[in-house]
Amino acid sequence: MSALIKSSIARKIVMALSGLFLVIFLVLHVTINLASVIDPETFNQWSHFMGYNILVQYLMQPILIAGVVIHFVVGIALEFQNKRARGVKYVKYQGGANAPWVSRNMIFTGGVVLAFLGLHFYDFWIHEMTYKYIEANPMDPTRYYEETVAKFEPMWRTILYVVSFILLSLHLWHGFASSFQTMGVNNKYTAGITRFTKIYALVIPLAFIFIALYHHLNPVMH
Amino acid sequence: MKLYLKIWRQKDAKTKGKMVDYTMEGVEGDMSFLEMLDVLNEDLILKGEEPIEFDHDCREGICGTCSLQINGRPHGPDTRITVCQLHMRRFKDGDTIVIEPFRAKAFPVIKDLIIDRSAFERIQQAGGYVSVNTSGNTVDANAIPIEKDKADMSFNAATCIGCGACVAACKNASAMLFTSAKVSQFALLPQGRVEAADRVQSMVRQMDLEGFGNCTNTGACEVECPKGISLENIARMNREYLSATAKG
Amino acid sequence: MGKLDSNIPSGPLAEKWTKHKNEINLVNPANKRNIDVIVVGTGLAGGSAAASLAELGYNVKTFCFQDSPRRAHSIAAQGGINASKNYQGDGDSDYRLFYDTIKGGDYRSREANVYRLAEVSGNIIDQCVAQGVPFAREYGGLLDNRSFGGVLVSRTFYAKGQTGQQLLLGAYGAMNRQINRGKIKSYTRHEMLDLVLVDGKARGIIARDLVTGEIERHSAHAVVIASGGYGNLFFLSTYCMGANVMAAWRTHKKGAYFANPCFTQIHPTCIPVSGDHQSKLTLMSESLRNDGRIWVPKKLEDAKAIQEGKLRPTELAEEDRDYYLERRYPAFGNLVPRDVASRAAKERCDAGYGVNKTGEAVYLDFAAAIERYGKEKAYTLGMKDPDKDTVRKLGEEIVEAKYGNLFQMYEKIVDENPYKTPMMIYPAVHYTMGGLWVDYNLMTTIPGCYSAGEANFSDHGANRLGASALMQGLADGYFVLPYTIGDYLADDIRTGAIPTDTAEFDEAEKAVREKIDRLLAVQGENTVDYYHKKLGLIMWNKCGMSRNEKELKEAIKEIAELREDFWKNVKVPGEADAKNQELEKAGRVADFLEIGELFAMDALERNESCGGHFREEYQTPEGEALRDDKNYRYVAAWEYKGDPKNSVMHKEELVFENVELKTRSYK
Repeated sequence: MSALIKSSIARKIVMALSGLFLVIFLVLHVTINLASVIDPETFNQWSHFMGYNILVQYLMQPILIAGVVIHFVVGIALEFQNKRARGVKYVKYQGGANAPWVSRNMIFTGGVVLAFLGLHFYDFWIHEMTYKYIEANPMDPTRYYEETVAKFEPMWRTILYVVSFILLSLHLWHGFASSFQTMGVNNKYTAGITRFTKIYALVIPLAFIFIALYHHLNPVMH
Repeated sequence: MKLYLKIWRQKDAKTKGKMVDYTMEGVEGDMSFLEMLDVLNEDLILKGEEPIEFDHDCREGICGTCSLQINGRPHGPDTRITVCQLHMRRFKDGDTIVIEPFRAKAFPVIKDLIIDRSAFERIQQAGGYVSVNTSGNTVDANAIPIEKDKADMSFNAATCIGCGACVAACKNASAMLFTSAKVSQFALLPQGRVEAADRVQSMVRQMDLEGFGNCTNTGACEVECPKGISLENIARMNREYLSATAKG
Repeated sequence: MGKLDSNIPSGPLAEKWTKHKNEINLVNPANKRNIDVIVVGTGLAGGSAAASLAELGYNVKTFCFQDSPRRAHSIAAQGGINASKNYQGDGDSDYRLFYDTIKGGDYRSREANVYRLAEVSGNIIDQCVAQGVPFAREYGGLLDNRSFGGVLVSRTFYAKGQTGQQLLLGAYGAMNRQINRGKIKSYTRHEMLDLVLVDGKARGIIARDLVTGEIERHSAHAVVIASGGYGNLFFLSTYCMGANVMAAWRTHKKGAYFANPCFTQIHPTCIPVSGDHQSKLTLMSESLRNDGRIWVPKKLEDAKAIQEGKLRPTELAEEDRDYYLERRYPAFGNLVPRDVASRAAKERCDAGYGVNKTGEAVYLDFAAAIERYGKEKAYTLGMKDPDKDTVRKLGEEIVEAKYGNLFQMYEKIVDENPYKTPMMIYPAVHYTMGGLWVDYNLMTTIPGCYSAGEANFSDHGANRLGASALMQGLADGYFVLPYTIGDYLADDIRTGAIPTDTAEFDEAEKAVREKIDRLLAVQGENTVDYYHKKLGLIMWNKCGMSRNEKELKEAIKEIAELREDFWKNVKVPGEADAKNQELEKAGRVADFLEIGELFAMDALERNESCGGHFREEYQTPEGEALRDDKNYRYVAAWEYKGDPKNSVMHKEELVFENVELKTRSYK
């Protein structure tokens, strides 16, 4: 078992699996968020469900957090290992000549997304936890929409969100298809997976960006 | 042609190295890159300086000995060739050329541009073979028919020359393409299936022990590989590794 | 003469090897553990020998100057490996392979050795397939064969154009398995500098660690020299840069006879020299002569204009071209054997008709083939009257399918499109049939010292057939040496480990150190390459494709003088106890400067023309080789006597009981 944990391929597979899990989570997340643009009622209902359902809160949420933590911790560990593997640096290195920028800068795009997640957690998760458990406020199934829209009022936050989603797009652009290669899938479906990855990496982050901009431009009037 | 060369000089493994500038005049386009270095070395010797040591042998792109990083790319600006097949007509009068050894922690410099690739040897020794004795009583060669497609794929993987360009190109100095080429060659043949699980586990273990980086699927290795070894081999090795591990 | 006993077993030809294997001594497996064997060189012969010996249980040490056994120059062999499997059902047999090889060697090889080679050739293919060597296959999943020059059957197994690579990687894999078991200790970046004899037997070597410069002593109960050929004494050749004769030559100087040093194969289709900077030559597969037509201009002034770049070959009218092979050899045309094609090219170029700037190249033209194929293709496509461009396009496609990779390789090196302008080619040295004299057991005249592969002289006579070098290397290593060495080692089961702190090792190490110090002490005015190139020119001009008494005598004198100058004026930079490539080269060139002289002496002594050895004095009125079976049907085995010029020649008469001696004609 310890040999397995030390193995580079096993670690890569952990990256691939946790990454794919997060990819699937993003679909759920963007679907709920889109509701906020279409129908505030539905958005409130879904959000309330997610916030108070026992299964979601005590099973899925820890799994999600674990997925995020594993993806980042293993990713950073691998990055350190990779840096060490070169030892003396090249005086001249033309990485761009043989590999796309996105594939060479996953740690950067991932790092920015991680920083964004900090803000995101602060904005929503910490807020939720405080609201529910520290301040022990009563349930209010109608508060979510207004709270969400309010977050996008400041220009700086909206810009940060947009920038982060662009980087998320770049991260997905390489990462999604790459996870299949890591898991040993490289066959006649690979071209299709790559195409799908590109669509996915554009559509999902664009949807998030659209939502952020939409709320920024359509604040709730009091 | 006049060229400005910046070349890595390092006395031995223990001494720190540095880039040294050389100017060369009268370089002809018909010269191979290594012949250009030969000419430079002749000059250096006659001037009483130590010539630049670099690895080379067959000079026809098959032995895998030559290992120069030229202007930031293994085997220079062209693809599908080794340094010895690169000709000076690829460069222009007045160009500056940066020449370094392939860099990886697992490939320590021995002297100047010469590196120690014994890590590759140890990976192969860990299982890069079929365990069959030389008896003269082996089954007839045609007793095992093999699908042409598979035989061709196995051959393509087996054309790896072990030069290390994959490691040199990879931003992580990963040896996955090299290791997977050997694993694939045997995984694709019935003769190699018997030991397939042990082989992939031993070879990957050794690869990790040598201190190579991890594969992040950038594909740089495939682009720079002088023999065009495909990334499919890495996927195949990952598969083999997964199923071997699952079997326990 | 007593020393030159070839130890050929008695009995009918086809039964000799089996009988011999049944009768020789064996070493018990438990005793093999106490016996050490050194193998110098890790190409096909050395690698396969080392692996097989280790499998049997001997403790093997291998030495190679490369950074890995896998990089030995066997890796560069392109075409294939012969075996008398008769998979094609075209009437092949051990006898046929034996006969073709004897005849191809112009009747200057040993019948018994060659028959054994043919006999084990099938086992080689079985063994390699079992190892996972990915040979080319047909759609039915069975092994594919191709035809090669000089024979009437399809018996060549291949792996695209990389057969040598795949076979070597197979042997390397077998070695790795034994390294992993601890039965082989592989010394890479090591060079053998001398053989150590104890009581007249080979008992070890002195080697230099090329990284640290350290001089090491290694002992063993037997030593196998499988260090390849000496073609690099020509400086320019298709050999790898590091190929050298050091191990074989220093073994020779310790008492092993050197056989037929003048038998060298010069391959007709190589990419010509482009300038003084040239370091090596690249072979273009012989198969190109199937479709290419070889020519030079008919008129000297046209040749001159082409050399000066004022005239393009495509501008030359058909009647101004001299298709000299078709003119001289109407029956075989462009497909004459290697030696004949090489000599004819040299003859034209010497007369001033060469076609590149150095005047040493001839054209290999595919225009006719492109047109022929194009027309055929157009016809099958139903085009009755295709225009020129269509024919050309279709024809180029066919030629590309057949030779695409070679054309691409040519274009990379020469920077000319061979589909549009004819290829330029010229002969180059690429194999030496001569080598250490060995008996039937592959033992040299030094007891306990064996030689395998190109390093020995045994199987190819005066000319080697295509796809036979790989066969011989692997036959020696996999199937001959492992048996025959046991016969000798059976006497050594009680010897115990050979100590290295003896007077014999002291003396050998001292001599080696002195030689290195001498090389470094000269600090003269010329680089090592300066001498190597000069030697190469003498060899090429006077001991090359055709030789005559006057020039050979000059060569002997010039080489001796050059050697003297080398030791007075060579400049070797750097230190002895560090990585020093110039020092490595200097040691090798010093040996080339000695064997070169013996080479010329051997060529001078052999007053006949046979195979790759063409003496201008001995030719038919039509300019063909004239063999002298009455006086020269022997192996010339030279004994070293302190200086090449004092070498003494011993003769091993060749006996032909199973083939009739005939003259080769290609008219």
